[in-house]
Amino acid sequence: MKFLTDRKRATGLGSGGTGADHHWLTIATSLSLVILVPLLIFTFGYAVGHSYEEVLAFYSSPCIAIISALCLVGGIIHLKTEVDEAVEDYVGGIKRKLTLIAVAGFCYALMATGLFALLKLAIQ
Amino acid sequence: MADVNRGNRPLSPFMIGPYYRPQMTSISSIMVRITGIASLGSVFLAICWLLAAASSETAFDFFNGIYGSFIGNILMLAAAWALWYHMLGRLRHVIWDFGYCLDVKTSEKMGWGMFIGATVLTVLTALVFLIF
Repeated sequence: MKFLTDRKRATGLGSGGTGADHHWLTIATSLSLVILVPLLIFTFGYAVGHSYEEVLAFYSSPCIAIISALCLVGGIIHLKTEVDEAVEDYVGGIKRKLTLIAVAGFCYALMATGLFALLKLAIQ
Repeated sequence: MADVNRGNRPLSPFMIGPYYRPQMTSISSIMVRITGIASLGSVFLAICWLLAAASSETAFDFFNGIYGSFIGNILMLAAAWALWYHMLGRLRHVIWDFGYCLDVKTSEKMGWGMFIGATVLTVLTALVFLIF
């Protein structure tokens, strides 16, 4: 250990022990929102209010299906970092750990459900 | 004494109310978090609608009827405002993280830009859906 410099021991690690990964993920996904948010608003906003047949036809288009899946996964990854940050700010101790796990469970359940629905709409 | 400066330190925005004067910088930043968490709720509601569409026509008609109603449309516009605002607010954080526009005046201008920009984009969204 003696041979490691302070700089070497600190590189990539913050007080949380995981470095700047979470911050970097937030920066990267924040930039992705500039593309995903308009795509999501205009595809989903267009589909809502149309008839059942029209919606089936809309989501069976490969382009719309891929865009929607991308918005769903990318958007939820970003929103998960957002909620994680809020939990880390306001909840402490064992409650924090359990809340973070619950948030992850909720986000991944949303992703799985949304992807299943999109897949079924795309190929049926 | 380690703590000689008691009572003369800057207050945290967590003290908003009688102790902390609301500022454009703090309020616009807090709104980024609120719109982010609210947007996860919007995504949940959108996935309910998608799953209904993938399940059956009856389920789809139920959700589509609610979301397509006048009140549903107003709520969808509110959700769109939150998404636009969150997008612009996160863009401001990226600009800050890259080391630009960190002075107070520019930050405040960007805060106004987020509120006004999100509102303008929401009105444009409504117009686009009214026309097409």
